[in-house]
Parts: sequence; C-alpha cells; structure tokens
Amino acid sequence: MGLIPTQKGIIKTFGEKPQKNLSKIGYVPQNTNININFPIKVIEVVLMGHIGTKRPLFGYAKEEISCAMGSLAQVGMENFAHKKIGELSGGQRQRVMIARALCANPKILILDEPTASIDIDGQRKIYQLLKALNREITIIVVSHDISVILGYANKIVHINKRLIYHKLNQQEKERLNMEGHFCEVELFNILKDNSR
Amino acid sequence: MIEALSYDFIQNALIAGILVSIASGIIGSLIVVNRMVFLAGGIAHTSYGGIGIAIFLGIPIFLGASLFAVVSALIIASITLNHRDRVDTFIGLMWAIGMAVGVVFIDLTDGYKGDLMSYLFGSILSVSSNDLYYMALLLISTILIVTLRYREILSVSYDSEYAQLRGINVRFYYTLILILSALTVVVAMKVVGLILVIALLTIPIYIAEKLSDSLYKMMILSGLFSSIFTILGLIVSYIYNVSSGASIILISAFCLSLFLLYQKYIID
Repeated sequence: MGLIPTQKGIIKTFGEKPQKNLSKIGYVPQNTNININFPIKVIEVVLMGHIGTKRPLFGYAKEEISCAMGSLAQVGMENFAHKKIGELSGGQRQRVMIARALCANPKILILDEPTASIDIDGQRKIYQLLKALNREITIIVVSHDISVILGYANKIVHINKRLIYHKLNQQEKERLNMEGHFCEVELFNILKDNSR
Repeated sequence: MIEALSYDFIQNALIAGILVSIASGIIGSLIVVNRMVFLAGGIAHTSYGGIGIAIFLGIPIFLGASLFAVVSALIIASITLNHRDRVDTFIGLMWAIGMAVGVVFIDLTDGYKGDLMSYLFGSILSVSSNDLYYMALLLISTILIVTLRYREILSVSYDSEYAQLRGINVRFYYTLILILSALTVVVAMKVVGLILVIALLTIPIYIAEKLSDSLYKMMILSGLFSSIFTILGLIVSYIYNVSSGASIILISAFCLSLFLLYQKYIID
C-alpha cells in the first residue's frame, strides 16, 4: 500500500508504484477496534473513504453522502449510519470498514485478517458479503483461518518461508465442504500433491 | 456583584475567559481524541522557558512564550512522528529543561519578578486589551482552520494510517494540531496558569466527549462547558476573594464529579 518502504524487491500495483494507484485499492485494516470511544458516527467513518478526491469547501457534498449510504447498503449497515461507531459490535464495525473501502470504488479490495476478533456468526456474514462483492471486484484476504476461508476462496497463496500458489477447483471444494472440519496440515498435503 | 461588571478589568477578564474557553474547547477536543494530553502538558511546561527568556530580554511575554511553545511543538511533533517508542522519555526531558531554562532566565533578570507567579497560577484579572486582541485572533484562526480542514483533521485523528492511504499529509496535520495546541496552551496559561492548564484542556472535554456522537459536537459542547465553568469560577473567586485560576478548575472538577455521579446512578 506504500505505507512501509520495501526492504527488498519491488511492489507494483497496476504496473506502477503503489502510491500512484491508492484510489484503485480498497484496504480494510486488521484492527478495527482502534479508537472505539472516538465520538464519530458510522456515516462519517465511511465518508473518509472519499478523501483525496474532489471536495467542497467545507462539509460533505450530497453525492458523497449518497455514495457513502450506498456503500453502507451494500454491506447491510444502512440502518446504523447515525450510530456512534463505539456502539457497534466487532462484526458490524468490520462491515463499516468494508463500506469505507468500497466508497472509493476500488478495483481490488485487500482485507487483513477480517475476522480475527469476530464471533462465528459475524465471520460467516462477512465472508458471505465478500463472496457477493467478489462478483464485481477482486478481493484479497490475508488470513490464518484456513479452514473457513477455503470455503469461499478460489485461489490461495500460501506463504511459509516459500510461496506456494494453488488454484482451488470445484471438485476439491466439494470435498472440503463434505468433510466439514479438517486438519490443515493434511489439507496442504492434498493440495501439494494436486499441484505437482 | 453587578457593580463589579463596570470595572474594565472584570469585563476584560470575562471576555478573555470566554474567548479562551471556546479556543480550549476546540483544541482540547483535538488533544483528547488524539491522546496528546501529555504532549500538551509538555508544551505548557516547556513554554515556561519562553516566559523566562521573554522577561529577561524585555520582549512581550505572550510573544516570547508563543514562539517558544511553537518551537517546542515542532520538536515534539518530530519526536512523536519519528521515535514513537521513546515519546514519553523525550517529553519528560523537554518538560524539565523548559522549566529550568525559565527559572534560570528569571533569576538572571534584575528588578521586578512578580509575573513569575502569575504565569504559574494564571492572572486573568490583569488581561490587557492587547491580550484580548491576540486571544480573539487566535480563536478566529482556530475556528477557520478547523472548519475548512475538518475532514482531514477528523480523518487523521480517527485513523491516521487510513488517512495516509487516502493521500492526506498526516505529518502536516499532526504538526498543525500540535502548533494550535501550543498557541492555545499559552493563552490558557493567562487564564488558569501553567500548572492548571491541563485541567482546562481535559475536564470540560471529558464531559463533552461522553455526550457527543461527533467531533464537532464535542468541540461545541466543550467550549460551552468550559465557558460556563470559567464564568462560575470567576464569580466564586470574586465573592470569596480566592485565586481565579484555581476556582475555575475546582468548579470544573466539582461539575465533573456531579456528571460522573449522574452517569453512574441515573443513566445506568
């Protein structure tokens, strides 16, 4: 994202320096529990997604507000627009952060551990939401929770000292769904055999 | 009580109290939501060095203190932006060094040194009309900057990492907030004194934060509470002939306790 200078190698987004294409990338940070007591409404958080584009002298333009409401509707949080951010649950706050990222109409959505501190039901809702959004935009999710995310992802990049790339085909997915919970080590052995 | 209002110095004190209260309500809100209270304390005490140097050189004290406070704000900004893990140590250092510089320069000054105490504990009754112009100018600039750049300031205060991703110059706005804090701290010093300035920048703001669902409401409420506490404090100090700065803070603290009791037993 261009926040931390690279120590080695090159990072490019859309063939250019990451700083040049910030507006094409929506980012949802890992920790959405920062500043919970901050006096700010949900809609104001979402409106932050707009900053950097054209803006009126003060306040927010009507189009910006309707666009922010649209993003909130996309994540199913439009009824919470005027709630204080601290009154929401972790999962709801996560969806608000996704709305903030969507506000800028990104081409790619990057989420860092989106379900790290959320209960099972909240996790399921978030992944269903991402699945729906995925019809229109590319989504990259960084996650430790392999067993859950495999049900939704179509490609996996596994990084453990070296990088392993898998395409999940339908057959494998079905098998995963059938078995329910499974050992992650076993799973990677299966995938490794398949990708050879 | 009413005849007191006919004195110029009482009128000046009231106007100064209200101007400073509104400014400290706005800036105090920013200081509190950005968790800069300790930084503001550091700036306040460091600027004591500016007061000492100003008295020694014979330049206007407000000017000396403001310049010194702005310089210390710039140093504190650069420390907090570049050495996040050592912030408390550096602020503690500047806090002590600033005070020491002030004391030494005042010792070196010949003649009258009465102003020393007035800056430690405030001297709202000795506010001149020039002081009032300066306070009004500061308040107007603060309101202008905060209104025109509300979105950026809100964004940087709430989530600075995300603000940077949206192309906002986080370092600039962070430094701007610290400079405005420094200037406000200096005028607030005139009202309640260096030692009590932190209370003025936190007590009304704490109450306002609990009652607000957005930053601008918090700023308006803080300014309002702060003005009420300042006026009540001045009345108490007039009636009982006690120090005005301390009265303002004690009134604020009393109202804060009432508010906390109200929150604990009535709302819950």
